Amino acid sequence: MKNFHLDRRQLSVPYLIYLVLFVVMPLLVVLYYGFTDDDGNISFTNFIVFFTNSKTMGTLVYSLAIAVIVTVICLLLAYPVAYILAKGKYARKHSFLMIFVLPMWINFTLRITALKEILTMLEGNLAYHPFLNTVICMVYDFLPFMIMPLFNALTKLDSSIIEAGYDLGATFPQVLKSIILPLTVPGIISGITMVFLPAMTNYVVLDMVYNSTYIMGSLIGSYFSSYDWNNGSIISAILLMFIGFFAIFTERILNRGEKEEQRI
Amino acid sequence: MEKTKTIIKMNNVRKSFDGKINVIENLSLDINEGEFVTLLGPSGCGKTTILRMIGGFDKPTEGEILLDGSDISMLAPNERPVNTVFQKYALFPHLNVYDNIAFGLKLKQLTKAEIDRKVSEVLELVDLEGFEKRSITTLSGGQQQRIAIARAVVNEPRVLLLDESLSALDYKMRKEMQLELKSMHKRLGITFIFVTHDQEEALTMSDKIVVLADGKVQQVGTPEEIYNEPANVFVADFIGESNIFNGVMTGKMKAAFAGTEFNCVDDYETGKKIEAVIRPEDVTVVKPGEGQLNGEVTSTDFKGTFYITFVQCGQYEMEVHCLENYRPGETVGLHVLPDNIHIIPYDTSINNFEGMIDGFVDGKGLFIVFRDFSMFVDAHRLYPDSSVSRGRLIGQDGEHIDYQGKKVMASFQPEDGDMSDDAKKGDIVGNIVSFYYIGDHYSYTIRTDNEIDYVVDDEDLWNYGDKVSVILPKKKMKYRLLEEQKQEVAD
Repeated sequence: MKNFHLDRRQLSVPYLIYLVLFVVMPLLVVLYYGFTDDDGNISFTNFIVFFTNSKTMGTLVYSLAIAVIVTVICLLLAYPVAYILAKGKYARKHSFLMIFVLPMWINFTLRITALKEILTMLEGNLAYHPFLNTVICMVYDFLPFMIMPLFNALTKLDSSIIEAGYDLGATFPQVLKSIILPLTVPGIISGITMVFLPAMTNYVVLDMVYNSTYIMGSLIGSYFSSYDWNNGSIISAILLMFIGFFAIFTERILNRGEKEEQRI
Repeated sequence: MEKTKTIIKMNNVRKSFDGKINVIENLSLDINEGEFVTLLGPSGCGKTTILRMIGGFDKPTEGEILLDGSDISMLAPNERPVNTVFQKYALFPHLNVYDNIAFGLKLKQLTKAEIDRKVSEVLELVDLEGFEKRSITTLSGGQQQRIAIARAVVNEPRVLLLDESLSALDYKMRKEMQLELKSMHKRLGITFIFVTHDQEEALTMSDKIVVLADGKVQQVGTPEEIYNEPANVFVADFIGESNIFNGVMTGKMKAAFAGTEFNCVDDYETGKKIEAVIRPEDVTVVKPGEGQLNGEVTSTDFKGTFYITFVQCGQYEMEVHCLENYRPGETVGLHVLPDNIHIIPYDTSINNFEGMIDGFVDGKGLFIVFRDFSMFVDAHRLYPDSSVSRGRLIGQDGEHIDYQGKKVMASFQPEDGDMSDDAKKGDIVGNIVSFYYIGDHYSYTIRTDNEIDYVVDDEDLWNYGDKVSVILPKKKMKYRLLEEQKQEVAD
């Protein structure tokens, strides 16, 4: 009797079903609604409207601005922290790292609510500085996501390579510029990926700090809650494209970095 | 010969990390210009720390390091005319060969043409002409090693530091690089300071070897001096193979060890305790009765060009390297020329422990507290004329002896101490940090957590790192009061 035997193709069936049901189908549905009008006819109106409507374009620019600012601040704050934690001569660097990552264990809304109270105490009324508060809250929320990949990249960086830089006569800024930064690009990229994309779409923070300006996430939400599936879908699709391009771009850089590492 | 000039001078350098144990203790060292100096020692002896202090990566806790007469000990690495070849090369993986080598030159803002010229010159020196555009990651270990050397020497440093630079290479490549490094040293005329734990490598390459152990210099000398005239048992044991015996001087240039008397060429006072070192290749096998020793061959081991032969002479064992193959069980005579017996005066500084008197109990004696242990000692051992009156210690004239807080030195002979693997049995507990075979027994150095060493002889074989307890020979220990600084004399 032949033994019962599952080959790779059979084993992949459940995953294939999952992929089709929860990834491919929803994507197709989004694309279908994005490129049809109310009557179900194929149309590019939604697509054109998005890029010509000052309101949606304004939202895109506002989202981008928030995402860029939050990412840059996170990077500037996280890099020195990650560097000190990874390269400093502390016996308990992982405990220190834990302190920075610890807030992630607490519920997100609870953290933002607490921060909101602190900001209210400092500013009097949150409504005065909606943009600033949004940035502060997002930086607070996303900072650990930036620290982790940078810490990993810097820990992997051989200290003797940094010492070799000093040995050959370089000062700290020169070593930073021509050795440390180039060799931690993969870490920087994954940190940016972890922060930039959520920062562009996370409208919960805006809601919580009474920032009435729309970002991409809130725009999509508002279309869908008013049953305008077509416009909601096209924005989702456009955002997906943005994310897709960014992912392809970072993938390339990461691959290059990994190849170099493997060859060493 | 040209006149030698000191290029690096280390004065009383001490280094401890985080204020803990001293990695380097009071080290003074002179390195002459143009020399190939090797810092040799077992791992953990502090050799890399010395190199890192010269390179500027670690700063001495105390003392100074002079380069050409000026103190550089606190300068940053980039302010020193010194370059390093790192253990794992530490090449910049994101730069190609040219940019790696040109890194230091670009910082000096040389012109492009000058940089090009220097890079191609140094690539020729390391035998990698035309490698400029190659990516570091496509190079073999040996090639990376050469690029690392090129990257350092292209800056024309006053001193080149090499940190175990050959240890990552395979055996054949290492042999090749040893010779190449030596010829490179000749051509460049730069001072090389090379760190290694490989004694063979050190003997092959160096003009001068600094043998280190426990953060202290054991001996400085040419390879020949280190090999032929080891300053102490550690050096004798660490460099090459040796037979070591405990003995005593019995007359003018006569020493007794291994159960017989030998003529030797070292002169020490009669009765002095010594250790005798005989290299296996310096022992000649002769017919029984024709040498100083007779013994039975216990084992032989063919090594290609010679046989390692072990000969049991009574209770003593001798390792002999000879060209003939002797069968185990064969009786042979062993002969050693006086010139080949190296006598080392016995180190009397070992097993001395300073303690303090802390009380007196009638019937038990003086209570003495040492760093690792405490014990009662019969008061007569320290105050021979004392007696006890009403439970108190009095002197000859009936006066009370002021013993409290007085410093005491206690010592014992290694052969009187005993070892046990039962921590409760002994007086102190520590780990074996080194051991040598001395003819018919092993000499163990046991270090406690307080960094105090105890030397104990034992016939059994224990292992490096073993946790053992030492049973102190309380009856046989010697005690003496330490002289106090006499303040009364001043007034």
